[in-house]
Amino acid sequence: MTTRRDLLKIGTVGAAAIGLGLPALTSAQAQAITSLDVFVPAAPGGGWDGTARAIEAAMRADGILSEFKFEHVGGAGGMVGLPRFINGKKGQANAIMIGGMVMVGAGIANKSPVTIADVTPIARLTGEALVIVVPAASPYKTIGDLTNALKANPKAVSWAGGSAGGSDHILVGMVAKSLGLDPRSMAYVAFAGGGPAQAALLGNQVGAGVSGYGEFEEQIKAGKLRALAMSSEGTQNGVKSLKEQGVNVVLYNWRGVFAAPGITTAQRDALVALIEKMVNGPAWKKTLETRNWDGIFLAGDKFGEFLKKDIGETAAILKDLGLAS
Amino acid sequence: MVESFNLLMMGFATALTPMNLLWALAGVTVGTAIGVLPGLGPGLTIALLLPITYKVDPTSAFILFAGIYYGAMYGGSTTSILINTPGESATIVTAMEGHKMAKKGRAGAALATAAVGSFVAGTIGTLGITFLAKPVVDLALKFGPAEYFSLMILCFVTVSAVLGSSALRGLTALALGLFFGLIGVDLQSGQARFTFGVLELLDGINVLIVAVGLFAVGETLHLAAQKKHKEEVLEVKGGVGMTRDDWKRSWKPWLRGTAFGFPIGAMPAGGAEIPTFLSYYTEKKLAKNPEEFGHGAIEGVAGPEAANNASAAGVLVPMLTLGLPTSATAAIMLSAFQSYGINPGPQLLTTQGQLVWTLIASLFIGNVMLLVLNLPLVGLWVKILKIPQPLLYGGILVFATIGTYGISRSVVDLVLLYVVGGLGFLMRRFDFPTSPVIIGMILGPMAEQEFRRAMTISDGSLLIFIQKPLSLALLLIAATAVLGPHIWRLVQRKRMIRTN
Repeated sequence: MTTRRDLLKIGTVGAAAIGLGLPALTSAQAQAITSLDVFVPAAPGGGWDGTARAIEAAMRADGILSEFKFEHVGGAGGMVGLPRFINGKKGQANAIMIGGMVMVGAGIANKSPVTIADVTPIARLTGEALVIVVPAASPYKTIGDLTNALKANPKAVSWAGGSAGGSDHILVGMVAKSLGLDPRSMAYVAFAGGGPAQAALLGNQVGAGVSGYGEFEEQIKAGKLRALAMSSEGTQNGVKSLKEQGVNVVLYNWRGVFAAPGITTAQRDALVALIEKMVNGPAWKKTLETRNWDGIFLAGDKFGEFLKKDIGETAAILKDLGLAS
Repeated sequence: MVESFNLLMMGFATALTPMNLLWALAGVTVGTAIGVLPGLGPGLTIALLLPITYKVDPTSAFILFAGIYYGAMYGGSTTSILINTPGESATIVTAMEGHKMAKKGRAGAALATAAVGSFVAGTIGTLGITFLAKPVVDLALKFGPAEYFSLMILCFVTVSAVLGSSALRGLTALALGLFFGLIGVDLQSGQARFTFGVLELLDGINVLIVAVGLFAVGETLHLAAQKKHKEEVLEVKGGVGMTRDDWKRSWKPWLRGTAFGFPIGAMPAGGAEIPTFLSYYTEKKLAKNPEEFGHGAIEGVAGPEAANNASAAGVLVPMLTLGLPTSATAAIMLSAFQSYGINPGPQLLTTQGQLVWTLIASLFIGNVMLLVLNLPLVGLWVKILKIPQPLLYGGILVFATIGTYGISRSVVDLVLLYVVGGLGFLMRRFDFPTSPVIIGMILGPMAEQEFRRAMTISDGSLLIFIQKPLSLALLLIAATAVLGPHIWRLVQRKRMIRTN
């Protein structure tokens, strides 16, 4: 989706291209990136859009780049946008796409012909650990109480979270598996987004809930929900992690930046360098703080390796949940 | 109560500064415009305006957003009434009676009752936010999957109000709607249903596309298929205002519509469509001449329009008291809070009191602005109907196409629009009612999801629906609405036999 302001920008870029002559511009782009085409495979207003806008704001504030063009194609966990990005931007050195863990799962569950493995990984930017909560009136005081109840009867606790196969569901499946239970036996109730899931928890309609910490933060602070464990490596926000409490599960809902397929190694390195410059700047650090995001930065080949591992693990857990074959 | 009043006055002090008034005016104007356009809804508009949160202070930004939100609810009814093209899914019901009124030359009265009804409902709803937020939100949270499912069952009763002369045809249309609603990835199992490998269908079909296809495109094709082309224009009778009789017939539906809209809007899965269905059904049942429904009854515009606007106010209740976004637009407004580093939650009223009360005050102001803006526009809008019919309907087709493309800029949606439009034409041709399709499409998936959620929670026991008092009460009301008239008739007949 382009706004009018963006259209004006395209106008300026276009005018510059005519002035310089197109070949000059393309050769300049191979060395230094002067503008970014940001592709968001989700509707405006969501998490990926927030990441994209934050990148724009941070780069502008630190004077790294000032020309941005946005395009949004939402739907099916990014699976509608992904093929358009691949086909439309192939070989374009200044095009980036925002994506994340959700896309890995969506690609596997929907048996999509193209997946996140078909684009060029640039960097993992942020991560958000999930939190397991219970309503304030719940009899479960610790994660131990909850896991004991599950071991006695897997159906005893109903879980509220996002759509089936999403990160919340995956965490529930991982917890079940680590307890030696069948992930499919969990009473998982899928809600369309964090709002309705929170409402079900506040109204004591369900036994437990899973979501990104930020989503439940205010309810936890107000004492309406009790946080039992985080899915992070160690303690976060004063809540102990699952791992520290004897449940060997770690999961981050990560978000990152990808480039078009078919770009050269030099072009890829230029984008990695650009993102690295932003991450090390003061504006991005401030953004992480205000948004309460974990800066789990990982760039280039290392990110590529992580991605491969993540795809394999996600496929395995989705299979255990009965959502993929 | 007194405390709320004082805080509200403080809010007015901030909202009435010239700069903030200007933001409110900009918001309601933009809101009205996007409400008129099908496709471009308040959620998308606010999302596109999110970057202004980097430049503008929070109070002004929220005054602007709230203005857009309320404005869109006003604007959505205009195209429903004039050209049978709903701008928002919440105004689909308005199109049913509203457009019939327009065809009878009563477009002015329909637009006026919609505008005044929106004002009445918006003002009462905003008063509700001010003084009733706490009890309403407590009630709303008592609704779990079992209660929602029972509410949906009650809503299905409302289909009877639009079935038309043949129950078989009406129920066929309903089943078609249920089928449309099934298309897409199932939330509970993550599996795709009836998508035939089309990626764009994974998120389901937007109900607005089906409504515009059936109502606007279908009607245009029907008109074009008629042998004699009428070059005449629709006549506009009786001026643009409401007559004394119109006022008399409208005020009760306004209040009843508000009573449906506000609490249901406040429910986390309530939405704006359900109260409009319930209001329409109630007005038809209570009307002195129910046979007028389907041919342009003003009650059928006044009630649903009020319900729609009151629900918009209701949505803000859980958002401001608990930080719970219960509609797409509310979710985007919450993400605007977050980009200011304000975390909306149960403590929002205490930590950001100034901001929240200014926002509420600006809702009152915005409502007055919208009435002042919209009433004179009525006269302008009805002039659209003076365009000769072939040209008018050609324009409607262009308008519907652009609007649909605007929803997600997808070619698949355009193809769908015309396939559904062709279907709508056939349905008109063979005398099938089209409204049950929309009702089925909205209620079907909600009822299914809530039923399965309830079943997961109860581990497969159907008793959950009668063990919960609220759920049982709703089911009993639904049973009374279906069986009541029949039993009443039986009793009457017995009495007659006895007296004879």
